[in-house]
Amino acid sequence: MQAGGQAPASDARVAEAASGPGAGMPPRLQGDAPRVDAQWAILGSVVAVTAWLALVPLGFLVWQSFLTPHSARAPARFTLKNYIEAYTSVETLLLFFNSLQFAIGAAVLALVVGTALAWVNERTNTPLKPLFYALSIIPLIIPGILFVVSWIMLASPKIGIINLVLQSLFSTDHVFVDIYSMSGMIWVDGLHYAPIAFLLMTAAFRSMDPSLEESAMMCGASMAQIARRITLKLAWPAIAASFLILFVRSIESFEVPALLGLPVGLRVFTSSIYDAIHAYPSNIGLASAYAITLLVITMAGVTLQSRVTGQGHRYSTVTGKGFRPRRIDLGRWKYLTAGLFLLYATLVVILPFCVLVWSSLQKYYAAPSMAALQTLSFDAYRTILNYPSAGTAVWNSVVLSLGSATAVMALTAVICWIVLRTKIPGRALLDNMASAPLVMPGLVMGLAIMICYLTIGGGVYGTIWILFIAYVTRFMPYGMRYNAASMAQLHRELEESAAMAGATWFTAFRRIVLPLLKPGLIAGWIYIVIVSVRELSSSILLYSPGTEVVSIVIWELWQNGQYVELSAFGVMLIGALFVFVMVAQLLGKRFGIKEA
Amino acid sequence: MLTVRALYTEYATPRGPAVKAAQDVTFEVPSGKFFTLLGPSGCGKTTTLRSIAGLERPVGGDIVVNGKVVYSSERKIFIPPNRRNFGMVFQSYAIWPHMTVFANAAFPLEVRKNKLPKNEIREKVMRVLTAVGLEQYAERDATKLSGGQQQRLALARALVMEPELLLLDEPLSNLDAKLRDRMRFELKRIQRELGLTTIYVTHDQGEALALSHEIAVMNEGRIVQVGSPRTIYEHPRTKFVADFIGTTNFIDGIVLGHEEAAQRWRVRTPAGDMLVQTDSALTPNMRVTVSIRPEDVELSETAGDASGPQNLTSGLVDQKVFLGDFVDFQVKIGDFILLSRAHPSLRTPIGEKIHVRMNPDKCVAIPDDGAARAAA
Repeated sequence: MQAGGQAPASDARVAEAASGPGAGMPPRLQGDAPRVDAQWAILGSVVAVTAWLALVPLGFLVWQSFLTPHSARAPARFTLKNYIEAYTSVETLLLFFNSLQFAIGAAVLALVVGTALAWVNERTNTPLKPLFYALSIIPLIIPGILFVVSWIMLASPKIGIINLVLQSLFSTDHVFVDIYSMSGMIWVDGLHYAPIAFLLMTAAFRSMDPSLEESAMMCGASMAQIARRITLKLAWPAIAASFLILFVRSIESFEVPALLGLPVGLRVFTSSIYDAIHAYPSNIGLASAYAITLLVITMAGVTLQSRVTGQGHRYSTVTGKGFRPRRIDLGRWKYLTAGLFLLYATLVVILPFCVLVWSSLQKYYAAPSMAALQTLSFDAYRTILNYPSAGTAVWNSVVLSLGSATAVMALTAVICWIVLRTKIPGRALLDNMASAPLVMPGLVMGLAIMICYLTIGGGVYGTIWILFIAYVTRFMPYGMRYNAASMAQLHRELEESAAMAGATWFTAFRRIVLPLLKPGLIAGWIYIVIVSVRELSSSILLYSPGTEVVSIVIWELWQNGQYVELSAFGVMLIGALFVFVMVAQLLGKRFGIKEA
Repeated sequence: MLTVRALYTEYATPRGPAVKAAQDVTFEVPSGKFFTLLGPSGCGKTTTLRSIAGLERPVGGDIVVNGKVVYSSERKIFIPPNRRNFGMVFQSYAIWPHMTVFANAAFPLEVRKNKLPKNEIREKVMRVLTAVGLEQYAERDATKLSGGQQQRLALARALVMEPELLLLDEPLSNLDAKLRDRMRFELKRIQRELGLTTIYVTHDQGEALALSHEIAVMNEGRIVQVGSPRTIYEHPRTKFVADFIGTTNFIDGIVLGHEEAAQRWRVRTPAGDMLVQTDSALTPNMRVTVSIRPEDVELSETAGDASGPQNLTSGLVDQKVFLGDFVDFQVKIGDFILLSRAHPSLRTPIGEKIHVRMNPDKCVAIPDDGAARAAA
């Protein structure tokens, strides 16, 4: 009721007396020494773990950026040389320009494609819509590196199918499209992030009151006028916020610049960080200086985005609710929009997947032709099943993704509870700490964690645990979003009534809060499993022989030029992820909460 | 049974100083009585109830139930809500959507320390579900219940633990009008049958008057008046109470003096000189407000007889509104407009003269705030 009607049920003394042996007998005094019990043990360790994960590696990263390379002859010394080197060279200026050009270009492309599709899907009577919505989700489960590789096979100047087809069509050797270029990078990255723009804008259109558009129609506005003057204007905050999200994602993206930019010397921040580490001798100080610059850019982007969106929407979910929007009748134009749907699906799902399947059935990579059709074989699959690190990698990925998804959802459930349900001072700080990794590009995170555990030792580096730590840290913000969204919908009185019924904090959390969070927990868990399997940019700095994950195997296969094996592996991976999502959703529906 | 002494609560706001909610709230509820905290939203009534529940930690005061101190700022005692054994029905009902009706009601018995055997739990739960008329829905999903049924389930869940105290936080406010009337009777019946000491929070004066043995009217964190429904209604001690409970006419006036013969005070008002009663200490020349309920303003087309002390005057019918079971008249006396609620048989046309009679027992003089403070 009143804003202050929030129970300090979390209060130390509450729990203390709740489980104290003296309960029911003369009440305990507040001043007694605090006793260790379930609530405090859990809350305390959660806060400690969060602080450790979010802050310590970052501290090491900053520290390292001020040090000279550590070698056998000379110990590391304090220096500003890394920053001087990073900021005084002309190359940095070029780097900065390239990064911005790439990120803005990809974000704009993704946004235009995503917004147009979302509008068509939400606001018009285009046919094939249900199919399309399902199709639009699929790209989210295709690992980025596979998407890039398939586009190389499609559009590289030498082996790209598009070039070969066009060349034979016009009998010329002119190169029509070159994926190894800035526009190629923007094209691939923009297409890869278009589904995210689509989901963000779909949510925006769904949460928009259609009567605002209807009243414009009653005023005599045409469809185009409504779209331009009402719908787009109303969606403007969502568009700006989506643009910033996409910008941050693109500037963090590693696969595209590494595979498409590095071969032709087109560098952005992420690929330069990778290069500085993999140069000999590796220059971790310089990499850290670059990383911190990148971090500042992403931080600015995320800050601006939360400004635009406003505090209230910070936890807004992707699923809109409420209104049933009116659909605009497109008449004959609907076949055009349906055609656009198909074109998009072809570019983002069908072509990349088909090219992977084709190449996986070859002995040596060859463009589709009658001759190549004769030599179809399953050799690549056979090779990959016997590939030494493939089995380990699959096992590692399975263990890591299931483990980190479970850990993240459990950890963030408690964090969200503290942030949203208690009045413990500093809870806002806890919220920020748990959400902070969102601004850390995967490569920067990998670097920070690498420096941290190399410096403090403890035997974590070189084991699978360091990957586990990286995944948990990286995906903590996602867990926060899913949990906060569902906890915000949980009426406080549901817990309070459990307390009134005599339940302790732990019982209430286990029997009331967790079961009610279940839909959100399952959705978040599935999402984190998928992104963990796809994860490359942190893993690439943290894996060592024996702790490879699937995305690393794909990376290695690419580096070795084993394209057909890579394709076979990719096809199996996409298949497995697809089956996982289907099964998980089915189970989620069955065991999820029964909605009223 | 329940004693609340000098209770102070406040809550921190993200920015700025702590907001004070309850201020020096003191009251006592005898065993088995139905006690209501009544006031507008933000008056501190919910905070007071939540402090009794233990969901809120006050900053000062004492709360004693059945001789057991559950909160004392001085002795540093705070018993957490789950150890107090009070039943509570929340405004939102707080029915757990992931459980069946039975599981909801059985929860309090399952989480208590010395757990009962299964069949005993079953028996107790079914008994209480029967009491609220939900026995045939026991295995149904709680979310499949209608609003009124959810409300009864929430009540059953509070009753099954055989609480020392039943706390009700605006339990009827989410129901539609018809259902609210029915639940009001139901609540009263169950409370009386079980003899439960009940604390009820509402902003609906009708509910408060209908249900309570005693009402505490709260405003701005303080209790302004405690009394039986009739006392509160007929003898409001402040303008706020008179205004908040029901509709009333306020007539500004100045005290002329005490009439020993009638045992009444004489007050000069724009509607003429009036004889009034009061619970406050009045002195001549004091500024007061006279409150009289519209149903106590009697109208007739013929002049009434003055047997005993009466306030008699006359005016013109200015407006009237037919409302079915009664007619509201606005009568103009000089420049003053008096509201009267009359029987529909009175059909005096607008503009006609009408006689007004006000029983001095029903005219309550309330000292104006400034004057009251000066007197105190």
